[in-house]
Amino acid sequence: MSTVALEQVSRWFGNVVAVNDVTMHIGPGVTGLLGPNGAGKSTLINMMAGFLAPSAGSVTLDGRPLYRDQEIYREVGLVPEREEMYDAVTGWQFVLANAKLHKLPDPAAAARRAIGTVDMAAAQDRDIRTYSKGMKQRIKMATAIVHDPAVLLLDEPFNGMDPRQRLHLMDLLHDLGDQGRTILFSSHILEEVEQIAGRIEVMVSGRHAASGDFRRIRRLMTQRPHQYTIRSSDDRALASAVIAEQSASGVELVTDKLGSSTVHVQATDFSAFVHALPQLASRHGIRLLEVRPADESLESVFSYLVAR
Amino acid sequence: MNATVAALTSRSLLGRKRTLVLLLLPAALLGLCTLARVLAGLDPDIEQALNGPLAANLLTAFGIAILMPLLGLIAGTGAIGPEIDEGSIVYLLAKPLNRYSIAITKLVVAIGVVVLFGALPITVAGVVLTGELGTVTLGYGVGALAAGCAYSAVFLALAVVTRNAVVIGLIYALIWESLVGGVVPGAQTLSIQQWSMAVVQELLGDTAQRLSVEAAVGFGTGLALLTLVTVTAAAYAGNRLQTLPLHDNS
Ligand SMILES: Nc1ncnc2c1ncn2[C@@H]1O[C@H](COP(=O)(O)OP(=O)(O)OP(=O)(O)O)[C@@H](O)[C@H]1O
Ligand SMILES: [Mg+2]
Repeated sequence: MSTVALEQVSRWFGNVVAVNDVTMHIGPGVTGLLGPNGAGKSTLINMMAGFLAPSAGSVTLDGRPLYRDQEIYREVGLVPEREEMYDAVTGWQFVLANAKLHKLPDPAAAARRAIGTVDMAAAQDRDIRTYSKGMKQRIKMATAIVHDPAVLLLDEPFNGMDPRQRLHLMDLLHDLGDQGRTILFSSHILEEVEQIAGRIEVMVSGRHAASGDFRRIRRLMTQRPHQYTIRSSDDRALASAVIAEQSASGVELVTDKLGSSTVHVQATDFSAFVHALPQLASRHGIRLLEVRPADESLESVFSYLVAR
Repeated sequence: MNATVAALTSRSLLGRKRTLVLLLLPAALLGLCTLARVLAGLDPDIEQALNGPLAANLLTAFGIAILMPLLGLIAGTGAIGPEIDEGSIVYLLAKPLNRYSIAITKLVVAIGVVVLFGALPITVAGVVLTGELGTVTLGYGVGALAAGCAYSAVFLALAVVTRNAVVIGLIYALIWESLVGGVVPGAQTLSIQQWSMAVVQELLGDTAQRLSVEAAVGFGTGLALLTLVTVTAAAYAGNRLQTLPLHDNS
C-alpha cells in the first residue's frame, strides 16, 4: 500500500505557473486526474514520477522525496503521455528490454505476463513502428506493469483507443486498483474518469479545483451557484423576467455612472439556467448582447467537462 | 555498462536513415584511396608522391579532418539526441539505473560505431595507400580511434544539452577546426583534430617529419586534452541525465 503525497506543490516554467499550490494525497485504488488541456496534469504526473522538481512544496512516495531518486522506479510504473518508443524493435523485444532494465529475476516470464495482460500477444512480434495508436498505448502499458509496481501513473492512457480496448483497459485498471495498488490516470473526459475512478481530482489552470467521488464532482460542476453578467437590449425587463426563473436565485440591475446598465444573475443550476435564458429572452422580445460568467476560467472549464 | 541499453541504442542508431551516411563516408574515403593507388600504378610521379607526404596528407585531410568528426557527430548525437527529442528516453530513465552508466553505455556504442565506420576504414585506407600495415597505417588508425572517442563524447554531451547539437557540432567541426583552425594558429590548440594529429605524429616518430605531419600541440598535451575532454564530456552527460527535463509540449 503506497501513498503519493503532494504538499503545497507549485511548479512554474519561467513565468508560466503550471501547477499552483496543490495539496493532494493519492492512495490505493484508482484515482482519476481530470482537467482540460493545459490544466497541469502532465506536470503533476512528471513530478510524481520523479522527473520534475517542484518549484515549491514537496512530492513524496510514502514519505520519500521522489525527485532524482532512481530507486523509486522499482515501485513506480509510468505510462508517459507521448507516443514515441523505441520503434525499431518489436513489441516483445521492447517489453522484454524494459523487464531487463528493471533487473527482474525472470525478465522473459515478466514480459510474457505483461503482454498477456494488455492482450498484445498476437501482435508482439511486429515492429512497434507498425502499431496503431491503441496498440502502442497497450505496449506502453505493458512496459509500465512489467515489474509489478505498487504505484502506476498513467498520463492519458485512453488516448487513441477504440471502445473495446478502452473497456479492456478500464477493467485492467479496476483490477489493479482492487489489488490495493495506487493508480493515477489523467484524462480530460469526465465520462472516462467516472467509470473507473473511485476518486477524482480536478485540475483547472494549475489549481486543484475539486476532489472527491464522481457524484460529488458532478454535483459541484452542475449545481454550484454561478454568476453571470448579462447585457441586453432591455436590461430592466430582463431582470424582472429572470427573477421569475426557477434556476436563478438572485438578480441585480447595476447602472454605472455613464448610464449603461448590466444585469448580474446568480444561478443555482448552471445547465438549467443556460438553457432557459435564450428562451426567456426571446419570449419577452429581449435581445441578449452579452452573457459572461463571472469566474470565467473555472466556469468555462466546468461547462466543457460537463458537456462532454 | 548496461547490455540492454546498448542493444536499444544500437538498434535505433543503426535503424535510422543516417546510417546510410555512415556507410557512404567510409566508402568515399576508400574509393578515393583506391583511385590514388590505381593512378600511382599508371604514373610514376604519383607513385613517388604517394610514397612521400601524399598518403599522409590524404589520410589527414579526408580521414582525420572530415571522416572522424562527421562520424563522431552522427554517432555521438544519434546515440541519445533523437531519444531525448522524441521523449522515448523516459523508458530508460524510469528505471532503477545509474544515469552515468546510461551515458557511458551510449558513449561506448557511439565509439563502437565510429571504430567500425571510421577507424577501421581509415586503417584499410592506410593499407591501400601505403601497401602495408606499417607505421603510417597504424599511426593513423590509432589517431582516428583517439579522435573518434573524443568527438563521440563531446557530441553526445552536446546532444544531452541542446536540441541543436547537430548544427552546433557541424559548425565546430567544419568552421572552427577546419576553417578557423587553418587560418588562426591559436584556434588549433583547441581542436580535437590537432590533438589527434599529435597522437599520429608521435606514432609516426621519425617518419613524421619526412611526411610533413605536424600537429599544433605536443603529444603529452594532445593525449591529456583528449582524455580530459572525453572523460569530462561523458561525466557531464551522465550528470545532465539525472535532471533531464522531459519536454512533453511538442
Ligand atoms: N517544459 C515546459 N516549459 C514551459 N511551459 C510548460 C512546460 N511544461 C508545461 N508547461 C505549461 O504548463 C501548463 C500545464 O501543462 P501540462 O502539460 O501539465 O498540462 P496538461 O494538463 O497535461 O495538458 P494536456 O491535456 O494538453 O496534456 C501549460 O500552460 C503548459 O504550456
Ligand atoms: Mg498532459
